[in-house]
Amino acid sequence: MNMRETFLDAAAEVLDTDPNVAVVLADISAAQLAFAARKHPDRVLNVGIREQLMMSTAGGLALAGMRPIVHTFSSFLVERAFEQVKLDLGHQDVGAVLVSSGASYDMPTAGRTHQAPGDVALIDTLPGWTVHVPGHPEEARRLLLESIPGNGRVYLRLSAQENAKPHLGAGLQTLREGGRGVVLAVGPMLDRAMEATADLDVTVLYTSTIRPFDAAGLRSAVEATGSSDVVLIEPYLAGTSAHAVSDALSESPHRLLSLGVRRDAEVRIYGEMADHDLAHGLDAGSITLSVKEFLR
Amino acid sequence: MTTDTRTGYEDLPRLIALMTGDEKHQAAAESTVDVLWVLYDRVLDITPETFRDPGRDRFLLSKGHGPMAYYAVLAKKGFIQEDELAGWTSAESRLGHHPDRARVPGAEIASGSLGHGLPLSIGTVFGLRAKGFRDAKVVTLVGDAELDEGSNSEAIAVAGRIGMPQLTVVVVDNSSATHGWPGGIARRFEVEGWVTRTVDGRDHEALYEAFTTPHPDRPLAVVATVERKA
Repeated sequence: MNMRETFLDAAAEVLDTDPNVAVVLADISAAQLAFAARKHPDRVLNVGIREQLMMSTAGGLALAGMRPIVHTFSSFLVERAFEQVKLDLGHQDVGAVLVSSGASYDMPTAGRTHQAPGDVALIDTLPGWTVHVPGHPEEARRLLLESIPGNGRVYLRLSAQENAKPHLGAGLQTLREGGRGVVLAVGPMLDRAMEATADLDVTVLYTSTIRPFDAAGLRSAVEATGSSDVVLIEPYLAGTSAHAVSDALSESPHRLLSLGVRRDAEVRIYGEMADHDLAHGLDAGSITLSVKEFLR
Repeated sequence: MTTDTRTGYEDLPRLIALMTGDEKHQAAAESTVDVLWVLYDRVLDITPETFRDPGRDRFLLSKGHGPMAYYAVLAKKGFIQEDELAGWTSAESRLGHHPDRARVPGAEIASGSLGHGLPLSIGTVFGLRAKGFRDAKVVTLVGDAELDEGSNSEAIAVAGRIGMPQLTVVVVDNSSATHGWPGGIARRFEVEGWVTRTVDGRDHEALYEAFTTPHPDRPLAVVATVERKA
């Protein structure tokens, strides 16, 4: 099962076990949750193709003491209803678990309308959000289950791209140690980052949780490496976490290379995800070149 | 709850006058004062003692502009202190030109940006239903111009289709929508399956009757007509 199917399964399970949970949909994935909706008609709410209302409905549910899960494609979840995310959750001081699928270009033939590489950067303009970027369906499942208790504001960003194995755990995990620099791979970027740096003497860190940012983890990895060079590889807009890296290392001189979806152009191609990886320099070969060029 | 609409109501102009500096929204404040008074005095079961009860009635002030009448009613009903009104909008005050639910006791939502109260109400009704509070009323106050926001169209359609007898929208109509609503505001709601009642927004008895006459299975829109905004 891919991340989206795994999430839908887990959501149906949570609905069965936690009477406080409601799922809000705007037609996307409604068919897959039809059985859960028949079992829990008061708590599986499909408002039709109305993303503003979907997000406000989550706000209202939370105001009434429920724990809402909100799900659609990333471009409609975060971008179309952004003021509702800002005001009807954050400003009302209530929480929800927003779960997107589609990532940056999971639907390459759908074009720009279904691409939202700026989603994490947008959420990052708002205070108090936890942002999970799982790299494997099992991570997605765990992160969803861990997001249900409490009333925090959580963004869970699912992707069709994934790593071969899950890496469960909090904060930055060290997957390889080296001396020439630190490479931080986020979510689905891990396997290719490992492949790209297989012949390089670098530390490779992994995280599926990018906000809050594990500043202490990055500092200690950088200190252990003895180099001041950091490469950030994110599956969304390049440099989205550059400010967090900069804050984490503010006490010491450092260099940063930010890799991710390019900011300078709207890439107007269709094709496969791999074609988009190439266009953004996010395939393993391009990452190798970028990292080699950057390291001193 | 008192049923004497004179008790306290005559005090509201004095309380509103304590709040100066928001003359831009003066008309907005005055247009809502009678609706707010009737709701808090006779319709809604909300008191300073019960406003945190999970099954309480809810009032959502969607039209957060010109909250002077709202603050005056909250003060009169004991949610906030009268002596807070004069210092409103200062750095020391918790009362702003748009109300903040995190700071004002009894305020169900923080509002100001238009088109959020009714959609939030839909979610609140869903939440109350899921928790088994099927009798708690949810009342939202919107302006006629506020219906320009597409988010309200989304909410009106869904509430009508779902049913939602718990839900009441009161539209304070001072004819301020830029392009107007041909056939009147009530028609927007009727075609979506709402029960509608259009009344004089200054007539307390008419408002009370409009709010309290049963409307089984369907949401209720009360259009409270007041003087055209100057």
